[in-house]
Amino acid sequence: MEDALIIRDLHVNVEGKPVLQGVDLVVRRGEIHALMGPNGSGKTTLAYVLMGHPAYPAEQGEVLWKGQNLLELPPDERAHLGLFLAFQYPVAVQGVTVANFLRTALNERRKRLNPEDKGIPIPEFRKLLREKLALLGLEESFASRYVNDGFSGGEKKRLEILQMAVLQPEMAVLDETDSGLDIDGVRTVAEGINRIFGPHLGILLITHYQRILNYIKPHFVHVMYNGRIVASGGPELALELEEKGYEWLREQFAEQPAA
Amino acid sequence: MTTETFDLSELGTYKYGFSMPERYVYKARKGLSREIVEEIAWMKGEPDWMREFRLRALEIFLAKPMPTWGADLSAIDFDDIYYYIKPTDRKSRSWEDVPEEIRRTFELLGIPEAERKFLAGVGAQYESEVVYHSLQEHLRKLGVIFVDTDTAVREYPDLVREYFGTVVPPDDNKFAALNSAVWSGGSFIYVPPGVHVDLPLQAYFRINAQNVGQFERTLIIAEEGSFVHYVEGCTAPIYTTDSLHSAVVEIIVKPGARVRYTTIQNWSTNVYNLVTKRAVAYRDAVMEWVDCNLGSKVTMKYPSIYLMEPRARGEILSIAFAGRDQHQDAGGKVIHAAPHTRSRIISKSISKDGGRTSYRGLVRVYPGTEGSTVSVNCDALILDEISRSDTYPYMEIEEDNVTIGHEATVSKISDEQLFYLMSRGIPQEEAAAMIVTGFVEPLVKELPMEYAVEMNRLIRLQMSGSVG
Repeated sequence: MEDALIIRDLHVNVEGKPVLQGVDLVVRRGEIHALMGPNGSGKTTLAYVLMGHPAYPAEQGEVLWKGQNLLELPPDERAHLGLFLAFQYPVAVQGVTVANFLRTALNERRKRLNPEDKGIPIPEFRKLLREKLALLGLEESFASRYVNDGFSGGEKKRLEILQMAVLQPEMAVLDETDSGLDIDGVRTVAEGINRIFGPHLGILLITHYQRILNYIKPHFVHVMYNGRIVASGGPELALELEEKGYEWLREQFAEQPAA
Repeated sequence: MTTETFDLSELGTYKYGFSMPERYVYKARKGLSREIVEEIAWMKGEPDWMREFRLRALEIFLAKPMPTWGADLSAIDFDDIYYYIKPTDRKSRSWEDVPEEIRRTFELLGIPEAERKFLAGVGAQYESEVVYHSLQEHLRKLGVIFVDTDTAVREYPDLVREYFGTVVPPDDNKFAALNSAVWSGGSFIYVPPGVHVDLPLQAYFRINAQNVGQFERTLIIAEEGSFVHYVEGCTAPIYTTDSLHSAVVEIIVKPGARVRYTTIQNWSTNVYNLVTKRAVAYRDAVMEWVDCNLGSKVTMKYPSIYLMEPRARGEILSIAFAGRDQHQDAGGKVIHAAPHTRSRIISKSISKDGGRTSYRGLVRVYPGTEGSTVSVNCDALILDEISRSDTYPYMEIEEDNVTIGHEATVSKISDEQLFYLMSRGIPQEEAAAMIVTGFVEPLVKELPMEYAVEMNRLIRLQMSGSVG
């Protein structure tokens, strides 16, 4: 199962309270999975756990990718295995330019693959960066700004996708990449994602709303509620949710005892 | 709570801790007395006025109590210090003539290489004396003087006598008095009217022996409309006993002139670094201190600027990094004594592994300074729970018609920032170093490129657990 991210029976407590209560999910490369659900259902927690946030240690379960249990690795090791998280709320890093940040990240990756690597030559990096900036409709001056420092909501989300374009992950978790954007912003970001997507990449697209799915066509849709995936289906499930809202989940699943 | 945090602890490293055997031509006995001061003056063959200046300063030093308002200085034992060590008989203008071990020291520190690449002149002080000095020929022809201060006393007595001790008088503070009594070495710079020294002049101060006191004395005179950038660096071997570095720097910035003074202080962590630095700036003059303090056990240093005439400007950029067992008590002082003067102080400090940083600043605005502006920003970054940062910003504003701005922040490296960088494949240590270098970036970018690179490298070294 080299080509799949396999989440098995994942349990996570946050500040003593169970937030994920047995998540099972398989995402293969070349697939887009949308993960939907009401606020507080555990979607962002899942994203953090997958990437290795220190405040979200798993209590139980495993996350397998490329033959390793990701839960045993620090975030940087996970990144080197091709995992990527587009943050819902990316943080500012004062004094560190987008270009410097990306080049450092890229060079760390290269160094991991080949300890002798001297880093990407500057001209090659500039060419790559220029190309990816263009892909997302960003000015070149964007690269000399400090990471997320004074960025608008839309700029932050575009920087996340720019990072994905440069780092070329094989499994990407996109956490509400559409939130806080106006309709043009959603379209721009979605187009960027579509350009990056391909058979080499699996995407877990976390979203509260259906609207980004007008631009990004998922192969599978899952519904999360109370820390579990309670329904899975094809793209039609998203439309059904759009129609019915999340209220019905409460009626159907609220009473289920924790596994 | 199941919340965990990233662990930032690790050791700082210092790569300049080597020492060379002592083969000195003269080493005064330990301790301070009238005899030692007389001996220094005699060894140097100084004129009477300087010998008397020294002896008067010694009286002041002995009479003044130890300052207790800042860092803890109680462990300094003035009887356990060598006040004067003469490493060699020669002052050389060529590195080949510098004694082997001393030359090797400066080569290890990269000084001759830097000189070849991007400096207009270099002074190199080893213990008490300057052993090497150079200045580009075209600057010499323009009348620029860049020599060690002892040489200046001999060769330019009138200039020295006119300005020496006028900006920092011996009774300014206990350590200024000490320096005035036993001073040796340091740089003397004179820039004639209208002359722009386009590349930096650099002095490098090296302590080699144990229990040494180094007391260099620097005097810079920038005549009308001139410009000079002076850079100083310093290191010492690591010993279990303490050494003392106590310099005095006096700068006179004449009308329309500009002086930039950059310090990259990287003493080993057994050095007390107690320095008095002060500049006076006249009409339309600009004085800039760029003060980077990475090393030492204790630093107390507040570069100051007296804005004496209209439209004089002053800027103090201060970076301090305190690791284990270090206290950086740094900051700046600006006196506004004329209308339409402007000052800006920006301080960025980092503390880690139990280190302590203090920003200590004074801005005094006298009556009749209308139209002046003051801006003070101090930001502290604390890397762990055992480190500490304090801010002591004093403002004495006696004029209504001025603009005053003051901001201070204290922050920690957040797990969210570390997680964000690590999620991109950047290891934790590198991520933390990146956040720290980003924090000081606005100041580091003020340094000439070569020093900015060096500064970032030193910060990374401080942040890393590996031996550099």
